[in-house]
Amino acid sequence: MRILMLRVIAILVTFIGLYMLSQFVTYQMDPYYFQVLIECGVYIILAVSLNLINGITGQFSIGHAGFFAVGAYVGAAWTMIWQPMVVERYSFLQMGTLHGDILNLLIALILGMTSAGMAGFVVGLPSLRLRGDYLAIATLGFAEVIYVLLLNINSVGGARGLNGIPTLISSGNLALFWVFLFVIISIVLSRNIMQSVRGLTWLSVREDEIAADAMGVDTTKVKVTAFVIGSALAGAAGVLYAHFLTGISPDIFSMNTSILITTMVVLGGSGSVTGSVIAAIVLIVLPEVLRFLKNDRMVIYSVLLIVMMLTRPQGIFGTKEIGFPKWRRKQPKTEGRSA
Amino acid sequence: MRIFIQQLIFGIQLGSLYALIALGYTMVYGVLSLINFAHGDVYMVGAYIGFYACTYWLPFQRLSADPHATVMNIILAVVVLLLSMLLCGVLGVVIERFAYRPLRNGLGITDAHFWGFAIALPVAFHFHLFHRLSDGAGRFLFGIMWFLLIGMIVGYALRPVIRWISLRTVLSPSRLNALITAIGVSLLLENGGWLVFGPNPEFIGTMVPEKNFKILGGVIINSSQLAILVISLLLMLILRHIVLYTRTGKAMRAISHDIDAAKMMGINTDQVISVTFAIGGALAGAGGMMVGVLTHVQITPLFGLLPGIKAFVAAVIGGPGNIPGAVLGGIIMGVAEAFVGGSSFSTYRDAIAFTILIIILLVRPAGLLGRNVTEKV
Repeated sequence: MRILMLRVIAILVTFIGLYMLSQFVTYQMDPYYFQVLIECGVYIILAVSLNLINGITGQFSIGHAGFFAVGAYVGAAWTMIWQPMVVERYSFLQMGTLHGDILNLLIALILGMTSAGMAGFVVGLPSLRLRGDYLAIATLGFAEVIYVLLLNINSVGGARGLNGIPTLISSGNLALFWVFLFVIISIVLSRNIMQSVRGLTWLSVREDEIAADAMGVDTTKVKVTAFVIGSALAGAAGVLYAHFLTGISPDIFSMNTSILITTMVVLGGSGSVTGSVIAAIVLIVLPEVLRFLKNDRMVIYSVLLIVMMLTRPQGIFGTKEIGFPKWRRKQPKTEGRSA
Repeated sequence: MRIFIQQLIFGIQLGSLYALIALGYTMVYGVLSLINFAHGDVYMVGAYIGFYACTYWLPFQRLSADPHATVMNIILAVVVLLLSMLLCGVLGVVIERFAYRPLRNGLGITDAHFWGFAIALPVAFHFHLFHRLSDGAGRFLFGIMWFLLIGMIVGYALRPVIRWISLRTVLSPSRLNALITAIGVSLLLENGGWLVFGPNPEFIGTMVPEKNFKILGGVIINSSQLAILVISLLLMLILRHIVLYTRTGKAMRAISHDIDAAKMMGINTDQVISVTFAIGGALAGAGGMMVGVLTHVQITPLFGLLPGIKAFVAAVIGGPGNIPGAVLGGIIMGVAEAFVGGSSFSTYRDAIAFTILIIILLVRPAGLLGRNVTEKV
């Protein structure tokens, strides 16, 4: 009972805190920094959700931009195409008021997450057959197929992309609230999975799939679940990003984005949620900080990437975590790898 | 039917180029189990070398009725091909030495010098020591000297730092790490390409005379297409000879079978891996040069990206590590792309590669010619 109370209080405090922060930041912050901040949030969601698949379950997926794209386009399709069709009959869906905007955003989020989750299910299925590098290539191929499809579907604008998406998340100055709500959701989800018995099965699949299978872990279910949850979160990030940017085009979801997200996970330390968060912030902020170098900046960025990989192959954090309180249960040890 | 055969010829020409790049991917995957993402960019560099050699470095003559000039130009084109293969081979070795070997064996003291050059490169660019290659070879060489000097000084200064780092680095050879390093190298080459070659697309004019031959049923085959086919076939035969009938080739096959056992048998694995990268780089360089000089596509610093990925897909389709597989995969990829490109679905050209890939991976996960290795517990 007490724990339930604590949880309710924690959730309430999070909501109110985020709301106040969001109001404060929107009025105080320079729009440029604000945009970087939101971008950081979106990429933290992406990195943490890929970490679920890649770091915690050990499935070598590098096509995360595909799910990101599915979420963004389905979400944007709701606000741009489907909502105008049904709004005449259901007038409560009207946008423009705060309630209407939030309602529409929630519907877009649900649609985006569901469809990205379904895409994740479809991609998760080959993971039953493919391992290691082969799975990586198949996921990258999936992302690229999505990219080419988006380039060719005219109803969502083709190569021009969808423009003039209403900024639903910014209405009532709530942009920061929505994005960081999902950041917190994805982090808490990862933490809870890693510290629960269910999470142990996920880790066991990463460490040794055959041994896990032999011990009675339903590896099929674990892998597909990881893919579905990870891609649904990426879909949510897509919906939020589309409704923040107001214009999306397939180029945002090209292979470079997939690679960027994978880099975040590896740089932070694959399997470490803290690492993913920090690496996402670093990789978004670093190119902005290096802007004074003008043309040299991407060269220095890539050299830094190589140096990082050579001097700290396990990533910034390895598999360590910061700030995951262990009140009740000891964190599952992931160090002693089985032979 | 005529159009069908015409597209088939085009597809085989495209496919043989993909096959040349795919061979580099597959050989590196065979010996190191590493997806060398930077390979497509080596191909890009090959095309640029072709461009600079044709435009600035070599005395190509204007094509005219003079038969002497034509013969000279063809000889020079062969020189360009060899030059491009040589430089790209060197580039492949440098990439391996600079990024993949420290990843494999841990950072050593000698790596300090490589890192010195890595740091000297942006510094040299920052002070505009390299002028555009088109400003003349002399100024470029002067820039190179400065670059080497700075690199050596920084390298010596770095030695204690590297020693300090190498004592604290835990080697964890994971696939993902290798992949990210390869991506880093690829980004470095692309962005370095923006600086060295400039962002404007370049274009090589007609250096070698072109002729259309009519063969049966009105099908036209171009002399450039023929040249691409013949040269790639020749290179593949040479490669086959190297892999099957030389000591180095035997060592390569041994390493791809079991690298630890090969080490114990006294094979200098690092050296053989370097040779592998050199051969792969040379093949990619030849491919890039032929694309630039013979098919006149626009060359940009990013133009290696998509062919690289497709060639890689070709290698996977044939079975990574399998040399005939890479050729087969390349041809399949090229023909499929030519047919889709020639149909009414031409905008889906780039998707067909990945669709084939996903289907083949699902049906035969080890590729068309690859062996299915059962995992022992």
